[in-house]
Amino acid sequence: MKHGRWRFLLAALVPALVLHVVFVLSPYAQAFYLSLTDWTGVAGEAHFVGTDNFARLGGDSLFLDAVRNNAVMLVVVPVVTIAIALFLASMLNGRRPVRGASAYQIVYFFPQMLSLVIIGVLWAFVYSPNNGLLNSGLRAAGLSSLTQSWLGEPSWALIAVMAVVIWSSVGFYVVLFSAAIDGIPRELFEAATLDGAGRWATFRGVTLPLVRESVQVAFVYLGIVALDGFVLVQVMTVGPGGPDGATEVVGLSLYRTAFTYGKFGYATAMGVALFFATLTLAVFALRWGRRNQVEMA
Amino acid sequence: MNPENPHRPYPTRRSLLKTAGAAAAGVPLLAACVTNSGDGDEPADTGGAKSTENPLGVRADAPLEVVVFKGGYGDEYAIKAEAKYTEKYPQAKIDHKGLQKVGEAMQPRFVAGNPPDVVDNTGAGRLDMATLVSAKQVTDLAELLDAPAFDQPGKKVRDTLLPGVVDDGTFGGSPVALNFTYTVWGVWYSKSLFAERGWIYPTTWADMLALCETIKKAGIAPWTYQGKYPEYINDPLLTMAAKAGGLDLVKAVDNLQPDAWKQPGLTQAAEAFAELAGKGYLMSGSEALSHTEAQAAWCQKKAAFIPCGSWLESEQKDVTPAGFDMVLGTVPALPAAKMPVTAVQAASSESYLVPAKAKNVAGGQEYLRILFSLASAKDFAQANSTLPAVAGATEGLTLSSGLGSVRDAVTAAGPDAFNYRFRTWYAPLAKAIDDATGELVNRRISVADWSTRIQKASDALAKDSTVVKYTR
Repeated sequence: MKHGRWRFLLAALVPALVLHVVFVLSPYAQAFYLSLTDWTGVAGEAHFVGTDNFARLGGDSLFLDAVRNNAVMLVVVPVVTIAIALFLASMLNGRRPVRGASAYQIVYFFPQMLSLVIIGVLWAFVYSPNNGLLNSGLRAAGLSSLTQSWLGEPSWALIAVMAVVIWSSVGFYVVLFSAAIDGIPRELFEAATLDGAGRWATFRGVTLPLVRESVQVAFVYLGIVALDGFVLVQVMTVGPGGPDGATEVVGLSLYRTAFTYGKFGYATAMGVALFFATLTLAVFALRWGRRNQVEMA
Repeated sequence: MNPENPHRPYPTRRSLLKTAGAAAAGVPLLAACVTNSGDGDEPADTGGAKSTENPLGVRADAPLEVVVFKGGYGDEYAIKAEAKYTEKYPQAKIDHKGLQKVGEAMQPRFVAGNPPDVVDNTGAGRLDMATLVSAKQVTDLAELLDAPAFDQPGKKVRDTLLPGVVDDGTFGGSPVALNFTYTVWGVWYSKSLFAERGWIYPTTWADMLALCETIKKAGIAPWTYQGKYPEYINDPLLTMAAKAGGLDLVKAVDNLQPDAWKQPGLTQAAEAFAELAGKGYLMSGSEALSHTEAQAAWCQKKAAFIPCGSWLESEQKDVTPAGFDMVLGTVPALPAAKMPVTAVQAASSESYLVPAKAKNVAGGQEYLRILFSLASAKDFAQANSTLPAVAGATEGLTLSSGLGSVRDAVTAAGPDAFNYRFRTWYAPLAKAIDDATGELVNRRISVADWSTRIQKASDALAKDSTVVKYTR
């Protein structure tokens, strides 16, 4: 019987493994190889150029702009998103949920249902300088001095894009954190109340330490979102990636280098660099989280 | 609470190294997939016998595959040309594909070495021409250009095209693409608005500034532009520079000469556009408007001028109010210009090419000979209100206000139609120039910074050994 079981297992596993190797592992492996060539993307041949592509990255000012912007997003997007999501989730759950909590939870999730491209198009209209919702609203509120050409001003463009990233992600993490808070035993909250802890003290002393694991996962996910940013930048911004590189992200540099400049080898090198950045981020975030875990006795 | 075992070794050093090691070992096994079709791909077709009737030596029974960009112009015109091909070679089976994403669909076929016989490499995501040429993926069309024209006896195909069309498709001395439409760039305005207000389109930059002052006082923004894509405002700037410095200036730019961007013509033109911004003649907020938003504002008469190519009329077809009568004006000249004010920046687009590894190279060229015939071009002009690259194609047709003005501009320019080539030759340089001009007209950099920045990008490109260089 043992023999037959092996055969069954193989029959069940091999097709999936083959598909995985052909469509997932093989492209990855090819990317590592192509990043060391001058492949143009339109011919069946490529010449090995060693690490030249990686050496070029250091002198490519647009790519460095992209790295800088991704780094800013990496710092800002996860922290702000998680802060807002935690605040909203703890308002909706825990000791004294606000009224209509479940309705809010659904509303916060709405952006998650929209395609990122649609979100980009809609927000581009909101930011439109002359008759966009944001500037019109500011004018109507008598705050004309605050109106900006949001996407046309280098100092505002990246902030405007990050605001959309945060807006579109918060809902998902509200749901994630709500589930985590729901899992905290009620007696802990009750004990905190008996000890006279207010909302803030309960949040800091009870909620936050006990949802740390979810927060840590959220950091990894949001870090990856912050290292991407391609869709919104491509759809919304001036140039795209502008004005003058102010919203350039690595993904956009990669796309342009491959499909506009026809330098697939160099673009693949960017992709490989991004792959290692993401991998490093994930490893660090998970290791940091492990060290700080709370033991529930 | 914490369902996961806290002592579970989540990515340990050892497991990471192991995985990386396995991946590295796997690379050579898996890597050789994209780039392994180097041999045995000579074109199968050596052609049939050549004759006066069949100057390119088409094999009458060879099948033909045509891939056309099905965008704003549709693909009816290409199908009509295919019908004519079938008329001439009834045995040939034609496979027609009208696509929106030509580049995406064709890229794997070029890589695999089995491309179609004719490709209309146009539209968003088209394949970079310079890259195709450097990868030796395109056929030299010299034989086609020297073949007799399809329906104009006594003329070669080469002689039936508008000025600059052959040059536009020439890379490193060999003509490899033939562009079907002809685009003229200029500054557009509403004829009816100008007549109503008594404004006259200016021919000198001084007059332009004076008129802008009048327009501004009338409560209309003098200029707007498609700020989201700064290349739109770049076009009139570079046109003005070319008129000031003549063809030598254009060639210096395209040939990546040292100090090309310090030429007085260019700095004067940059100065002029910086002044346009400095005097507040650009509609506020233009810098963040998409092309649709800016052009809509212009059609609503919120701004008097907008820079654009000759596709503007058909693009705005649905939003232009009746009686708007848009016309293309040529870019006003600076004092002491080396070209007449009637000179226009014009280039052909909608690039047709015959892949080098096509199975029916002769048939592909014959198809282009039919497509570029006068009758076919006339049909196209009629159907699409767009100037084709074939001379005289609009003769005898009733033209709309915009297309009529474009044709008149081409006629008035005569031999003074010029074009910069850097945009097709060196895409990264085009990006650097667009970015710099966007900053210039938003007064975030000075003219000196503008020319220094672009010169730096041009010098870097000239030194870059990985980029194939062209000269004119």
